[in-house]
Amino acid sequence: MADIRNNFVGIKSPNPFWLASAPPTDKAYNVIRAFKAGWGGVVWKTLGEEGPPVVNVNGPRYGAIWGADRRLLGLNNIELITDRDLQVNLREIKQVKKDWPDRAIVVSLMVPCVEEAWKAILPVVEETEADGIELNFGCPHGMSERGMGAAVGQVPEYIEMVVRWCKQNTRMPVITKLTPNITDVRKPARAAHAGGTDAVSLINTINSITGVDLDSFAPQPTIDGKGSHGGYCGPAVKPIAMNMVAEIARDPETQGLPISGIGGITTWRDAAEFMALGAGNVQVCTAAMTYGFKIVQEMIAGLENWMDEKGHASLDDIIGRATPNVTDWQYLNLNYVAKARIDQDACIKCGRCHIACEDTSHQAITSMVDGVRHFEVIEAECVGCNLCVNVCPVENCITMEPLAAGVMDQRTGRPVSPIYANWTTHPNNPMAKVAAE
Amino acid sequence: MPEGQFREGIAGGRLSADQYADNFSDLHPPLDHHEALVESDRCYFCYDAPCMNACPTSIDIPLFIRQISTGNPIGSAKTIFDQNILGGMCARVCPTETLCEEVCVREVAEGKPVQIGRLQRYATDVAMGENKQFYPRAEPTGKTVAVVGAGPAGLAAAHRLARHGHDVTILEARAKAGGLNEYGIAAYKSVDDFAQAEVDYVTAIGGIDIQNGKALGRDYQLSDLIRNYDAVFLGMGLGGVNALRADGEEADGVINAVEFIAELRQASDLSGLPVGRRVVVIGGGMTAIDAAVQSKLLGAEEVTICYRRGQEHMNASEFEQDLAAANGVSIRHWLQPKRVIAEDGKVTAVELEYTALNGDRLAGTGETLTLVADQVFKAIGQSFVPAALNGSGASIDLEAGRIKVDAEGRTSLDRVWAGGDCIFGGDDLTVSAVAQGRDAAESINRALTSNGRA
Repeated sequence: MADIRNNFVGIKSPNPFWLASAPPTDKAYNVIRAFKAGWGGVVWKTLGEEGPPVVNVNGPRYGAIWGADRRLLGLNNIELITDRDLQVNLREIKQVKKDWPDRAIVVSLMVPCVEEAWKAILPVVEETEADGIELNFGCPHGMSERGMGAAVGQVPEYIEMVVRWCKQNTRMPVITKLTPNITDVRKPARAAHAGGTDAVSLINTINSITGVDLDSFAPQPTIDGKGSHGGYCGPAVKPIAMNMVAEIARDPETQGLPISGIGGITTWRDAAEFMALGAGNVQVCTAAMTYGFKIVQEMIAGLENWMDEKGHASLDDIIGRATPNVTDWQYLNLNYVAKARIDQDACIKCGRCHIACEDTSHQAITSMVDGVRHFEVIEAECVGCNLCVNVCPVENCITMEPLAAGVMDQRTGRPVSPIYANWTTHPNNPMAKVAAE
Repeated sequence: MPEGQFREGIAGGRLSADQYADNFSDLHPPLDHHEALVESDRCYFCYDAPCMNACPTSIDIPLFIRQISTGNPIGSAKTIFDQNILGGMCARVCPTETLCEEVCVREVAEGKPVQIGRLQRYATDVAMGENKQFYPRAEPTGKTVAVVGAGPAGLAAAHRLARHGHDVTILEARAKAGGLNEYGIAAYKSVDDFAQAEVDYVTAIGGIDIQNGKALGRDYQLSDLIRNYDAVFLGMGLGGVNALRADGEEADGVINAVEFIAELRQASDLSGLPVGRRVVVIGGGMTAIDAAVQSKLLGAEEVTICYRRGQEHMNASEFEQDLAAANGVSIRHWLQPKRVIAEDGKVTAVELEYTALNGDRLAGTGETLTLVADQVFKAIGQSFVPAALNGSGASIDLEAGRIKVDAEGRTSLDRVWAGGDCIFGGDDLTVSAVAQGRDAAESINRALTSNGRA
């Protein structure tokens, strides 16, 4: 049986599935339910500094997009950090940690960007015996307008500064949570690294408007006729999040920096993909908010089954395994040639591959052969783009088949070269490095 | 137990009022908004879609389904009505399982086609519910067209002619318009007086005058129409019912299935509609199924369809056969009626003879079977009655007993077109009648508006 126990920057949990800092982790009641359901850890919803409680809107806090059967594909929110009293949260954190010592409890924090504020909060959090802290530099709405959250996360210098304050003022591991609302996510990761962070977690939510009410012409979610951008999350953001995780994982400047992966993780497979790209564990929110805490049971069993099937004994066997395979476009092998192939037995003759190729691509799929409705790849035209595979409604009906070295590529009229060659040495590249003589 | 369920002979009131209502409720209840969205999402928006090619009216099915999926049912309805102004009824009565849905790629892939018929009903219901009229009439042309028969072919022709600015007079023999939509078709396929609602919707375009109680050959002659109108469209359907050619078929209790169905469709109180305790239906088409199933739903204890050939030869679709079986109708094959047995002039049994194919020829084997019956329905097909065309001065060419037309619906007579069940070469489907009426109207329009014509 695969061992899925997790050790993330010294924080141990029985599995790599944590609940992200969000409404599901706002109070003891929810967190206890989560632990009972089997979650390995939680990042407690962000605490602010002592003082009057945070105020939330009293209308809709969430917007969403759905598939046809109301499957929730993307969620956005305009909720702020915890609006509960700091002392209540601290008391509950301490009690829950005491009652659930084998589970990870990390406390998310967001206080003004002055050292005194951080110096004030760190000791009181430490006193709860929580396992670590996560710096919320990501929250894209509301708090950012007050110079916190994403307002810090979008300025690498501020990140480095605050991380350093935290490292100097607490023994707890520091996880720096990054915003995706930035051009190059490697910059804030490098800054956090420079400041001495123990890990980064990403992504926080993405600035978004989920819809527009076409009667009132108001963005959604709508508060009294107006809307504000909210933070987007859920399955729709997963590809964006995975790229950002991979960018940091393969950046030489941050190589080895632990990453807690976040963004649309809904199933064990999503989690495994994030971990393969370099995440040391994962955090989940939208899936739990959609289906409840029980989903973790599927995640645990699914991950274990897959690892058993593939012979991976522990998480270390899978974490970062895909990272070396993420590269820049310029290093992709231009001598690799693949052609689409349609399995005629599986084909249901919907014609989507044909019309996609005919209208928008390379005119490489037939629609009629000898007067019969028939969809077949014209190898001499196929550039191997994979669009037909992506629009085909039948799994594995169209596959991309690599041509073996030496086989004639009918499109170019040249045999496939067995030699790896990329853009950096390509004759059409004016910047090409001169190939070794 | 309701009184009279097992009463011998032909009797009404076999069921409770609730059972009648339940038995004759909508066969395929309408999809609600969410169901329509989910179902529409199943459509793959195929290229050169097989469903569209299978539709006799060539409705752009992928487009109308996509319009439903994007929350545009009104636009969807227009896509349907552009090709088929009776799209509402066709959504209810088309044998989709042998047309669009049979060739749906999802039928091929998983045996579960997109429910095209129900989606079509969803969109057309929305538009008709709002009485959304899509087609303004063109400037009046001053031309007049007579349409014989207010059935699907005649209504489709009339609507298209009215759109083009011609003035249409529909002459309908019966008291109501709608043809088989009103008088044929099982009641559970067209509930809530939909046939009449559709006639109102179609004629709301204006320029269509329906005159009821006007039968060709009785109240007027074809020659009158040719004389008084710029063009004539014949869509009078089939007036005759084929005989059993069995001894004793004149006995009481031997009834034409089409008349039974018409009576049922017009009944205001189904409990007052008498039906036999043991019913035998002779035939293998849709009419046989409709008569048999509705007999069962009216409370008949035993209903048996006897068809003289095999299951694979039946005109009724597999879906219809399953529907009959699910309702407790038994379907027996390779049996032809030989003799109706009567007592005191009333049918008491049917003697049937087993049949077999001898090469291509069907012949009785000599072996017989007697089924007890107090009611027998004849459903072995209808025929065109050309007698009404007499007195036209010139005779119309027929082919195999029905009116001969060319590809545009032109008959052998100048300025006379025809479509629907009365023409040769059709398939006796509502949707085909609509296509023929529509296309004949276009042909008439071309003829009336081209130079040098009347």
